[in-house]
Amino acid sequence: MTSARPVHFTVNGAAATVTVEPRTTLADALRNELRLTGTHLGCEHGVCGACTVIVDGAAVRGCLVLAAQAEGREITTVEGLGSAAHLSALQLAFRKHHALQCGFCTAGILTTAHALLTEEPHADEDRIREVISGNLCRCTGYLPIIAAIMEARIAYRDVQCEAAQ
Amino acid sequence: MKLPPLDYICPATLPEAIAALAVHGGNAKVIAGGQSLMPMLAFRLAAPSVLVDIGRLPDLKSISISAEGIDIGALVTWRDIERDAQLAQAHPLLAAAIAHVAHYQVRNRGTVGGSMAHADPAAEMPGIAVTCDAMLTIVGSTGTRILSANEFLTGGLSTVLGADEILTSIRLPLWKKARRWAFEELARRRGDFALAGVAAFYDIDAQGLAHNAHIGVIGVADRPMRLPGVEAILDGRRIDADVILQAAAVARDAVDPADDIHAEAAYRRDLLGVLLERALARAANITLPEAA
Ligand SMILES: Cc1cc2nc3c(=O)[nH]c(=O)nc-3n(C[C@H](O)[C@H](O)[C@H](O)COP(=O)(O)OP(=O)(O)OC[C@H]3O[C@@H](n4cnc5c(N)ncnc54)[C@H](O)[C@@H]3O)c2cc1C
Ligand code: FES
Ligand code: FES
Repeated sequence: MTSARPVHFTVNGAAATVTVEPRTTLADALRNELRLTGTHLGCEHGVCGACTVIVDGAAVRGCLVLAAQAEGREITTVEGLGSAAHLSALQLAFRKHHALQCGFCTAGILTTAHALLTEEPHADEDRIREVISGNLCRCTGYLPIIAAIMEARIAYRDVQCEAAQ
Repeated sequence: MKLPPLDYICPATLPEAIAALAVHGGNAKVIAGGQSLMPMLAFRLAAPSVLVDIGRLPDLKSISISAEGIDIGALVTWRDIERDAQLAQAHPLLAAAIAHVAHYQVRNRGTVGGSMAHADPAAEMPGIAVTCDAMLTIVGSTGTRILSANEFLTGGLSTVLGADEILTSIRLPLWKKARRWAFEELARRRGDFALAGVAAFYDIDAQGLAHNAHIGVIGVADRPMRLPGVEAILDGRRIDADVILQAAAVARDAVDPADDIHAEAAYRRDLLGVLLERALARAANITLPEAA
């Protein structure tokens, strides 16, 4: 049975059901079924990182996960990080540091950095560089991206303090 | 490319998964983390009619350290290994090697079992398994078998796994406390597959002589392998710069890498010698004289 069937998950806090062929990747389901086109597809075989989304707290390549494998999971896409009216601290730092030019890689880098800083708000520059090595950016030369992520760390530390209180 | 049309099932138990594989014969394929299989499907290098997702099977996700050894479930991810401080103490060579595997997002999903079954010649996990005499547990319709990593790997991207078999766990022998060890590899970019790599360890006796030397290499043949000629040079010797240079010369001659788009054979051969020198120097905690 290769025909479409329903898959249920949570996307950016809201329950969603997509009816897709089993071969559909999570990235395609998000883009084509839910019209969450912030998640980009570059290579579609795991090397560029443009498709990065967060599944149960872990950054993953959306092109290397089947939609069906996300059954019951909690997914965060770039649309879940902030809105045009209310950019997140990370997004504001990207704007301030000009950490994007064409923007193709940006969603994948934002989701990757968000997952990283949520787990490791004290990540040092080496760690950030290592993690971002999994995302290709052909425009910026990476330096502004690193600077933005470094600056955004403080916002994630604040969140941790609040959670602890 | 988009994936070829296929069916997908996600069994809840190991026997169900094996039964599903058996029913479909060679047309079914196990999917674990999908970090090697999904690219193969996208390139249409693989086109199974059904994927059997083992990702939700219970009991394959644990790491346990006992008197018998270190047991790592097939579904343990690179991320799990990276975050296990106890494991890093119990097997520092494994932890050091796995730190080189893939990128952040891939590490969150890629599994130990998937890496062994995929059998990439440059992959770190199979390299450690071969170097450290790991034993693999495989379950199929006809029962369970336990094989050494050497018996398991039969060539580039090939193993003894039958169509209805699932690798469930891998056991590494316990690590000796004062063991000397090092892992060295070269990849163009951190997280990319290695052009070549060396895993090395040996023990030191009361006289300060090396014994029980294990030298394993990745990326220089169709599968990871040990270098018995190099081990023979180290065993019974005090490891100094002379011994290390001798060992590296033997290592260069012992391998016969192929040319490919990533590197020429001669480059890989030379690289292996350099990596072995670095590994042994680091293990022995000595600095080699600069090459002239
Ligand atoms: C960009 C990128 C970079 C990478 N870099 C590296 C690297 O530097 N080093 C490295 O080692 N790897 C690297 N990988 C591969 C990665 O480590 C994979 O996760 C791993 O090789 C396969 O694990 P998996 O769980 O994803 O397996 P899957 O992709 O799910 O499966 C791989 C194969 O194994 C079979 N299989 C899986 N589990 C089992 C099982 N338990 N029993 C029987 N058969 C099974 C499948 O049928 C399939 O044939 C990289 C991958 C990508 C996308
Ligand atoms: S589109 Fe997924 S990694 Fe390139
Ligand atoms: S901003 Fe263009 S690829 Fe990164």
